[in-house]
Amino acid sequence: MSNVIEVRHLYKNYQTAAGAFPVLKDVNLIVERGDYVAIMGPSGSGKSTFMNILGCLDRPTAGEYLLDGHQVSLLGGNALAQLRNKTIGFVFQGFNLLARSTLLDNVALPLVYSGVDKRTRHEKAEQVLTKVGLGGYLNSRPNQISGGQQQRVAIARALINDPRLILADEPTGNLDSKTSEEIMQLFDGLNSEGISIVLVTHEHDIAEHAKRQVRFLDGKIVHDSYAQPAVMEVN
Amino acid sequence: MFTAMLGEAWHAMGANRMRTFLTMLGMMIGVGAVVMMMAIGEGAQQSIKKSISSMGSNLFIVLSGPPNTAGARSATGNALSLNVKDADAIAELDGIAAVAPVTMGSAQVIYAGNNWNTAVIGTMPSYMEIRDWVIDNGYVFSNSDIRSATRVALIGKTTADNLFGDDTDPVGKTIRIKQSPFIIVGVLNPKGQSLDGRDQDDTIIVPLTTAQRKLFGNQLPGTVRMILVQAESDKAMPQAEEDINSLLRQRHNIREGSDSDFSVRNLTAIANTAAETTRTMALLLGAIASISLLVGGIGIMNIMLVSVTERTREIGIRMAIGARERDILLQFLLEAFVISIVGCVIGILIGVGGAMLVKNFAGTDTVVTTESITLAFAVAASVGIFFGFYPARKAARLNPIEALRYQ
Ligand SMILES: Nc1ncnc2c1ncn2[C@@H]1O[C@H](COP(=O)(O)OP(=O)(O)OP(=O)(O)O)[C@@H](O)[C@H]1O
Ligand SMILES: [Mg+2]
Repeated sequence: MSNVIEVRHLYKNYQTAAGAFPVLKDVNLIVERGDYVAIMGPSGSGKSTFMNILGCLDRPTAGEYLLDGHQVSLLGGNALAQLRNKTIGFVFQGFNLLARSTLLDNVALPLVYSGVDKRTRHEKAEQVLTKVGLGGYLNSRPNQISGGQQQRVAIARALINDPRLILADEPTGNLDSKTSEEIMQLFDGLNSEGISIVLVTHEHDIAEHAKRQVRFLDGKIVHDSYAQPAVMEVN
Repeated sequence: MFTAMLGEAWHAMGANRMRTFLTMLGMMIGVGAVVMMMAIGEGAQQSIKKSISSMGSNLFIVLSGPPNTAGARSATGNALSLNVKDADAIAELDGIAAVAPVTMGSAQVIYAGNNWNTAVIGTMPSYMEIRDWVIDNGYVFSNSDIRSATRVALIGKTTADNLFGDDTDPVGKTIRIKQSPFIIVGVLNPKGQSLDGRDQDDTIIVPLTTAQRKLFGNQLPGTVRMILVQAESDKAMPQAEEDINSLLRQRHNIREGSDSDFSVRNLTAIANTAAETTRTMALLLGAIASISLLVGGIGIMNIMLVSVTERTREIGIRMAIGARERDILLQFLLEAFVISIVGCVIGILIGVGGAMLVKNFAGTDTVVTTESITLAFAVAASVGIFFGFYPARKAARLNPIEALRYQ
């Protein structure tokens, strides 16, 4: 079993006052272990909706989703939580750090939910923070560091449980191009260590970092290749 | 995991100190009120119990005068209907352990220029046994003192203190009661308050005959104000009461259908009623105080609901990185729990302090029992969990995506 993600005939409708509103219409995607996928597409095409389903934060209306061999639709709340905790690392556009906690505590938080003792938690958190280049800011708080640094902290948090898969929804959306480049280099490094990455972006030069480009349009995948013709197309 | 959560709860409380304090204040007041009210109730119950046990057990009191006139009447010139022979006759009945005829009145007592007005009791030595009253110093007068009407007296602690002060030993001293000299032969062991709040130690006990002849001479010879009767057991009391009634009616030639010229009261029953009343009062106090505990609990629920709304995004983040429903539930439950427990501990201190103040300034007995503290603790913990549960469940049931999107 070498596929991290297998998605088949995935549908997602949102219930609105006007009735069911289809957002994903028959999406199919297979991501092999170690793959590095950039998802692009216009606003409202369903990218975030898709990522949330991949991240086990939301359930599809229909279709099949296998995450690391697990049939996600069969799993209960606790099992999904465990997948989010151990198998997936989530990186958000808005960083989503806990403002009241130190960087060390922020990064160590997933380990609290895996039942790791405090000393190990802190040791491990220090390790990953050092890895993303923030070894000197262990006891700072999120509002004391820059946006780029905050995103590094979020990546460190995503890494702490040694996940198979990192899902990043517009991770550089709030950052300038120089900082974005640094963050992408961090992702490149993680991918070369064997972690599968799926990220959403609107920028071509960000997407170029990935091995594979997927394009969403109106809830469907309209392009999927390891070359980079998608970049050449008019966005 | 649990300690990490506890730390987080502490952290969250510290983030909003004023709010946490105000929430706790509700709890503190509730717990403080419960502890204090229970202390007052318990104090009242204990002093009642003490009065009851100082009274003696299985007691009847037979009073001169028809049943509808309450209590022993003052000397209005009415002839007293009971006499010593009635007492002797009652003593012959089955199920009666002891009998003591009693006559009494207030009198001015003088010793070396000290003046004191006290209750003088004229009775037999059996009175001391019935009331389970012992002598600290000296001896009780005997039946031969009764026969020869000697001028001897037993003195209560309060009276002794007022006449003699702390330094002088009253035994052997001569006092004047209504101008007649009496030698003190014994000092009574202190008994404290009676059920009706009188100081039982403010008294002098003299032989019945001496009292009748030398002190209360205006009464008919041999008559007494009341007869104290002790039944052999609790079980013997109902039958004894009936027997005393019919015996005295017969002796006093009272025809069928007309009122008695005496009344028999079951003191033990009266005491039990008093104890029951006090218990009810204590319960009522506790119940009223519990209402404030409830209000405190609602305060916790209110604040926890606000907290859950404010921290919706945080909850979403936690869920996204692997928190299970029960982790979130536990986090908020623990927070409510910690608030209520800390509030409770401070509330207990307030309650104990309040009880001490009441004792010192109002003079009411207050007793803080470990049970009341345990109870307050248990109730506060349950209140925390009960009122924390709904907000915590609300947090745990949040949809992770919506929570993450919440601004
Ligand atoms: N909770 C919801 N209820 C109803 N409709 C929703 C909900 N969430 C998203 N949608 C709709 O689903 C569609 C896809 O939204 P989605 O966020 O997946 O787009 P996106 O591709 O991520 O866009 P962007 O590039 O702007 O982030 C949009 O039309 C949006 O209005
Ligand atoms: Mg989006």
